[in-house]
Amino acid sequence: MSEPIIRMNNIEKHFGSVIALAGVTVEVFPGECHCLLGDNGAGKSTFIKTMSGVHKPTKGEILFEGKPMEFADPRDAIEAGIATVHQHLAMIPMMSVSRNFFMGNEPLKTRLGIPFFDREYADRVTMEEMRKMGINLRGPDQAVGTLSGGERQTVAIARAVHFGAKVLILDEPTSALGVRQTSNVLATIDKVRKQGVGVVFISHNVRHALAVGDRFTVLNRGKTFGTAKRGEITPEELQDLMAGGQELATLEGSLGGTV
Amino acid sequence: MSAATQGADKDERIKEISRFRQALIRPELGGIVGTVAVFTFFLLTAFDSGMFNAQGVMNWSVVSAQFMIIAVGACLLMIAGEFDLSVGSMIGFAGMMIAIFSVTLAWPVWLAIMITFVLCVFIGAINGFIVIRTGLPSFIVTLAFLFILRGFTIFFPQVLERKTIIGGIKDAAEGDWLAPFFGGKVGGPIFEWMGNVGLIETFSRGTRAGQPVVDGIPMLIVWAIGLVIFGHILLTRTRFGNWIFAAGGDAEAARNSGVPVNRVKVLMFMFTAFCATVFATCQVMEFGSAGADRGLLKEFEAIIAVVIGGALLTGGYGSVIGAALGALIFGVVQQGLFFAGVESSLFRVFLGLILLGAVILNTYIRRLITGER
Ligand SMILES: Nc1ncnc2c1ncn2[C@@H]1O[C@H](COP(=O)(O)OP(=O)(O)OP(=O)(O)O)[C@@H](O)[C@H]1O
Ligand SMILES: [Mg+2]
Repeated sequence: MSEPIIRMNNIEKHFGSVIALAGVTVEVFPGECHCLLGDNGAGKSTFIKTMSGVHKPTKGEILFEGKPMEFADPRDAIEAGIATVHQHLAMIPMMSVSRNFFMGNEPLKTRLGIPFFDREYADRVTMEEMRKMGINLRGPDQAVGTLSGGERQTVAIARAVHFGAKVLILDEPTSALGVRQTSNVLATIDKVRKQGVGVVFISHNVRHALAVGDRFTVLNRGKTFGTAKRGEITPEELQDLMAGGQELATLEGSLGGTV
Repeated sequence: MSAATQGADKDERIKEISRFRQALIRPELGGIVGTVAVFTFFLLTAFDSGMFNAQGVMNWSVVSAQFMIIAVGACLLMIAGEFDLSVGSMIGFAGMMIAIFSVTLAWPVWLAIMITFVLCVFIGAINGFIVIRTGLPSFIVTLAFLFILRGFTIFFPQVLERKTIIGGIKDAAEGDWLAPFFGGKVGGPIFEWMGNVGLIETFSRGTRAGQPVVDGIPMLIVWAIGLVIFGHILLTRTRFGNWIFAAGGDAEAARNSGVPVNRVKVLMFMFTAFCATVFATCQVMEFGSAGADRGLLKEFEAIIAVVIGGALLTGGYGSVIGAALGALIFGVVQQGLFFAGVESSLFRVFLGLILLGAVILNTYIRRLITGER
């Protein structure tokens, strides 16, 4: 395989006395979908937050395209090409789709030497990108609050791709979605991956992960059990790893293997 | 099912929303309706009272402009998700500082004004820094400054001059180059011409006989219009404006998208302080004195004007034009009741009622935009 775009080396993150991450190593290659699995509180969100510049790692290093990187804030990571769709906070409901789409990346046009927000451009591009993703907006000034959960995720993904992300991080993009919207988001991930973007896909749903994932890393209480390639691991094994082994075995008996 | 096939045809579930509803979904609605209502009311009830002749118009325009100046700052700050309750005290403080610098210390007035601006904007920045560093609600932090600044505004003149009002600023400002930008008037010749051709009345007696009753537009009004235009363009037409909406809409989401939320908020606190200082400087230049009780309750009047103008108290939504209309409603009603010969205390009753109405309307509009949530 080629060079990894980003290599997270032995990352540790402590919140006071809580050890959220205890040495996690993950590499992301261009054009792959790297799934990060784990139960609630395993440290998935914390991990990708150190990747996107929200948190500084307590220990460990981040290599971006081979060079050590320190992200002072999310802006640095975004500039380097790491786009993140966070679990809860991706969009601002009261703002229009086009204002959200360009939030933090506003296009400018200069009039009389003063830089203005180029709203015509923003509106046009937003409508185009949304159409490409299969979402029909009433208009670019429609508020994000009126979109469904899946549509919001799609807007966030489209935004990340539009701004030339090299790594796209999606924190549980499918957890609140219905069947059809999930399949839309998964299809979008597939499309993005084919453009050569490295996708980090967080989920605790093994079936969603297996649908698009190339490689799988399971986090459990801040640690990893290593990374497995597609085909090297069965859904059952993944499921067990996520739950930390034995507990699920007993559960599975009573639930008839439907989890 | 791929994402592209679904919804490529026109979505049958999207109802065409009527033009009327679309027009409704804008922050200025309350302000526009209110302005029309207020003007209709006073045109019908107080037309002959002199409220709509040149002097009358100037009278409520000046009062409205005062409200507008502080409403612009409060509006942008509220959209950015914060409050400033120290505006009124800041007005008193700024005026007192100008008086102390120029009269007590006998500095040139232009220097006194400049130093006061720097000082007050700096205090605004401190407000902002404390809010973003501690994460405390700005309500509490600026409430503290409401008392701190008012305290100093009474303390300094007491200690320095043994009184709470410092006068003599008009004399000190004589011939100063900066003072007319706050206390002067523009358009004098135009009004003289209008007086000559009979468009507006002229004095028929006294030392000013033959001169028009209104001899120019006070700089206060020029500042108000200038600030409203500046604020409106900043908010709706610039990158920074988008950041203001984002910072107030959801600071965390904005931060994650790379918006420098802290910088936006601190700058808005500074801008609010700037507006308060403009207000204070105009007032001091007009009265020729500074009083320790100036600006009392102005912070609430600013916030009410902003809310009437359609801004949400929770931030992230609002309009400078709306806030300006809110200020206009304020000025017209306050002076209109006077012209109509209504007991002035009823103004407060009106304020309370209109505030309540505006907040209810805003909540309704918010539901419309965010799709019933
Ligand atoms: N800012 C914080 N301060 C203190 N503790 C934190 C903080 N953020 C996360 N933690 C702790 O770190 C651990 C991992 O949390 P994290 O959000 O990364 O889990 P997760 O794997 O994303 O879970 P979920 O699947 O529920 O989203 C949890 O025990 C959490 O309480
Ligand atoms: Mg999480």
